[in-house]
Amino acid sequence: MSCCAPGTGGILLDAPSKEEILLASRNVGDGRFQTFLSVAGVHCGACIAKVEKTLSDIPGIEEPRVNLSTKRVSLRWDDNFNPSEMFVALARVGYPATLMDLDVDQPDPILSELIRALAISGFAAGNIMLLSVSVWAGAEAATRDLFHWVSALIAIPALVFAGRIFYRSAWFALRYGRMNMDVPISLGVSLAFGMSVYETATHGEHAYFDAAATLLFFLLIGRTLDHVMREKARTAVKGLVRLSARGANVRRPDNTLAFVPVSEILPGMIMLLAAGERVPVDCVVTSGSSEIDASLATGESLPVAVKAGHRLVAGTLNLNGALEIEATALAEESFLAEMVRMMEAAESGRTGYRRIADRAATLYSPMVHLTALLTFIGWMWVGADVHTSLTIAIAVLIITCPCALGLAVPIVQVMAAQRLFSHGVMVKDGAALERLAEVDTVLFDKTGTLTLGKPTVSTLVDIPDEFRAIAAAIAAFSRHPVSQAIVAAGPVVGGFKLETPPVEYPGLGLEAKYGTDVFRLGRAEWAVSAEVTANRYTSLSCNGSLLAQFLTRDQLRPGAAAAVRYLKQTGQIVRILSGDAETAVAEVAKACAVADFSHEMLPGEKVIAIQDYARHGHAVLMVGDGLNDMPAFSAAHVSMATATAADVGRNAADFVLLHQSLDALPVAHRVALKSARLIRENFALAIGYNVLAVPVAILGYVTPLVAAIAMSLSSIIVVANSMRLLEPRRTTKAAPTGTVATLSPGLAQ
Amino acid sequence: MNNLLVLIPVALFLGGIALAAFLWSLKSGQYDDLDGASERLLNDDDTLPK
Repeated sequence: MSCCAPGTGGILLDAPSKEEILLASRNVGDGRFQTFLSVAGVHCGACIAKVEKTLSDIPGIEEPRVNLSTKRVSLRWDDNFNPSEMFVALARVGYPATLMDLDVDQPDPILSELIRALAISGFAAGNIMLLSVSVWAGAEAATRDLFHWVSALIAIPALVFAGRIFYRSAWFALRYGRMNMDVPISLGVSLAFGMSVYETATHGEHAYFDAAATLLFFLLIGRTLDHVMREKARTAVKGLVRLSARGANVRRPDNTLAFVPVSEILPGMIMLLAAGERVPVDCVVTSGSSEIDASLATGESLPVAVKAGHRLVAGTLNLNGALEIEATALAEESFLAEMVRMMEAAESGRTGYRRIADRAATLYSPMVHLTALLTFIGWMWVGADVHTSLTIAIAVLIITCPCALGLAVPIVQVMAAQRLFSHGVMVKDGAALERLAEVDTVLFDKTGTLTLGKPTVSTLVDIPDEFRAIAAAIAAFSRHPVSQAIVAAGPVVGGFKLETPPVEYPGLGLEAKYGTDVFRLGRAEWAVSAEVTANRYTSLSCNGSLLAQFLTRDQLRPGAAAAVRYLKQTGQIVRILSGDAETAVAEVAKACAVADFSHEMLPGEKVIAIQDYARHGHAVLMVGDGLNDMPAFSAAHVSMATATAADVGRNAADFVLLHQSLDALPVAHRVALKSARLIRENFALAIGYNVLAVPVAILGYVTPLVAAIAMSLSSIIVVANSMRLLEPRRTTKAAPTGTVATLSPGLAQ
Repeated sequence: MNNLLVLIPVALFLGGIALAAFLWSLKSGQYDDLDGASERLLNDDDTLPK
């Protein structure tokens, strides 16, 4: 267990109810259900053993199986037991778990198709190459013909099975009048195969089966890597904590409660919202009082006290009191859905963007096809027969088949993604890297982006350890951000044990009884006495006398100032767009040395600001976290979300920062710039290869041997050049630190 | 020439076995958790996964 520091442990307050777990489970018969959990904390063999042992010991839980690569646990549970137990048990041993949706377990059909195609084309390429080597070594005519026939037989399944991936993509492109790299690939491979069959049938000397099969193999490597990179980012982002409600407890007319999925909640329904639950749909409070953490929705950093009559928006978190709420909108008309609609409406940020490879293809394909055609005409003109002219023209097509070009972009982007993973940055896809390299304006959200979005205790020096321990023990029972900050600041050892759980008074604080003493932790005027002048400090009192005061404030995210400095040095325009109040924004802007900031911005205003920049020819990077940033993510040229961002925001963003520090932002920008340069270099290398090889092909000197060497060599050079993006191997692994890192440690490894 | 007629099918057959073995291992989920498999080796618990 040495490598795995257990998490905060203690009390887990957010164990989903059985009804909620049922919604994310698959019935496997016999009253048993299969469920998937995301356990971000597992990263070694000891963790696997511990998690599986803990789960097996719970009655009713069967076959827990940890998948270390995806940080997930699959298990079955019996309907006669309460599955919520497992969340508590896992949290107690230091592995907080979250419930996952069922669809994450679906096998990826595209990946298995790609790998199968890769295996078959690799098999074909290897075996055909063996036969070809004996032909090149000078086999006699009869043997050569035999070998050619065998090669043809091996090449057919490769062409049908592996080639159809390219044929399909080329067909789609052509049907919509576009051009991509798959068009010249498909044409080159098919013509090489067709000509070789004709040559073999007429006992010709040269067959290009090896070229066709090797080409497919190399290109499939690039394609598979590209796909794996995208999938990895997608599943990693899905593994982060889910932040929207799956359903709610609805009070039926006959006064019974039923757990209803979000999609079936109708306006007018009365729901009970327990402390720690997220607001399922837009609603109005009918009774009860509590505090609401609305930071994801509005950007406000402090919790808002609510009571009957207040309106709540979907996605916000109920912190400490039970509420009775009445739905005012359907799920698809709620705040969250409204944001999604605005995102779609704002989807203009990158529609004009075309990937580098596609832009290259529109130039490249017509050029090589024209060259082949001119070669054919040229040879006919100088008096060669149709067969010779056609052979040479096809040889031109084979030699220009964009093998290196097909690898030039994906290889660099996979290497870049790999390097960014090791720094805790997830990349949605390669195009995001290309766009990040073009950025000249960076817009930040404030709460949760430049700041951590949750308070931390800032003065501890003069508080004795024992008072900190008492405060931490009481605060551990509350979900209020200030309480959690006090728990985090509490002493690691020598904890204080409460006899009975404290009582939470929404808006005031916590009260705990210990023997005859009454401890209060909360607002100064409530904890101590009404005479004390109200201040911002959270106070701990014993029987009304003050013991300690904690000053909490939303802290600047580590690396925020450094990231801004880096961006300014590289000549970027930096600005803060926040939904929070002016003073709060000004304070952060000053700390980060950002001169330009806007406050109290609505989501729509952020979009307008970004579109304004775009109209003036700027490429905007939007860095944010909340639901209110989502439309801005879509409008921006490229977007980046923090790990604590709302689910939809994480899914919409091009980059997700998994660690707490913003240091990853300069790293991501530098890697994007470097990969853009490497891609250009790779294109130059690939084009240089064509400049050398094409004249040779036009003059008719290309034999299958020359083609095989030239194509392999150019691919190897391009791959080797891309390798330069990887960092030299470090001897020590950087350990993720901080609270965000416990959300997702090891994802970056 | 005659020995070639024997050897080529033999070579292809052996290669084909390797290909089939790979496709089978892929299908039976042996690549699903590469990190976990290497760590599980060190666990003392000898119970087989069900």
